[in-house]
Amino acid sequence: MNIPYRPLVLGLLVIGFSALVLGRAQAGGGHFYAPVADAVVKEECGGCHLAFAPSMLPARSWTRMMADLKNHFGDDASVDPATAKKITNYLTANAADQVGTRYGNKLLRDVAPGQAPLRITELPRWVKEHREVSASEWTQSTVRSKANCAACHTGAERGYYED
Amino acid sequence: MHPNLTLPLLTAVLSLSLSSTSFAGPRDELLAQYASAAKAADPAFAGFSAVRGKALYLQTFTGGKPDTPSCTICHGKDPRARGQTRTGKSIEPVALSASPTRYADPAKVEKWFKRNCTEVMGRECSPREKGDWLSFMAGQ
Repeated sequence: MNIPYRPLVLGLLVIGFSALVLGRAQAGGGHFYAPVADAVVKEECGGCHLAFAPSMLPARSWTRMMADLKNHFGDDASVDPATAKKITNYLTANAADQVGTRYGNKLLRDVAPGQAPLRITELPRWVKEHREVSASEWTQSTVRSKANCAACHTGAERGYYED
Repeated sequence: MHPNLTLPLLTAVLSLSLSSTSFAGPRDELLAQYASAAKAADPAFAGFSAVRGKALYLQTFTGGKPDTPSCTICHGKDPRARGQTRTGKSIEPVALSASPTRYADPAKVEKWFKRNCTEVMGRECSPREKGDWLSFMAGQ
């Protein structure tokens, strides 16, 4: 049999190249961090800021944060023990190192196994992604804070963090 | 329509539409609780005052956190307008007329009074202060 090697090889190269380049064009595949889907968690964690996607921090970070709500970035965010437990379970179950999402894993890069960072905005990967945002842009009245994802990421509440 | 339903239905619709800006139901209970607590703390207590509530809302305090010396820092000078948290998140107006579903959950009201009074004033609000503040918001 006469196998047409050249067309086959070329075909595979084209497919391979496309897969690499177009891989980012999957529907919903762009920077996606599933938003909080639990009503209680959303209510309790979304009162003062966007209820941050659990997949943005490892489980150990959420555990650490929930254990010291009295000192939540300068505020007392305490809730009753039953609610705290419910929230902790949800956050840790959906954490970056639990759900195996592509972008969750990316954010965890350069975070040592012993570290339990509390600030998403101090994760090395986060800092890198936002390095081009100037200091004055952060202090604009429409932005105000690095924790205000939705100011620029209009799809943040639905989990989308495209540029 | 079946004749027996018209009057009850009309009453229901009317009372629902008329109660939208009144402090009906669970809110009344909440205010009553604050009133009895205020009376217990001070026998001379003679009822809540929206005027006192407004003064409390606009006052600048020094006992709380330095970046939140007043309710207005997050809730704005105009209770009917949306507020903004220090992380930039939008807050529904505190005026009842602008946010008709507010203040119906006593646990939620208590939670936020506890947090916010501590932040602004460095202490919890007294039952009288809470009732005054709510009375002011009910009329806004």
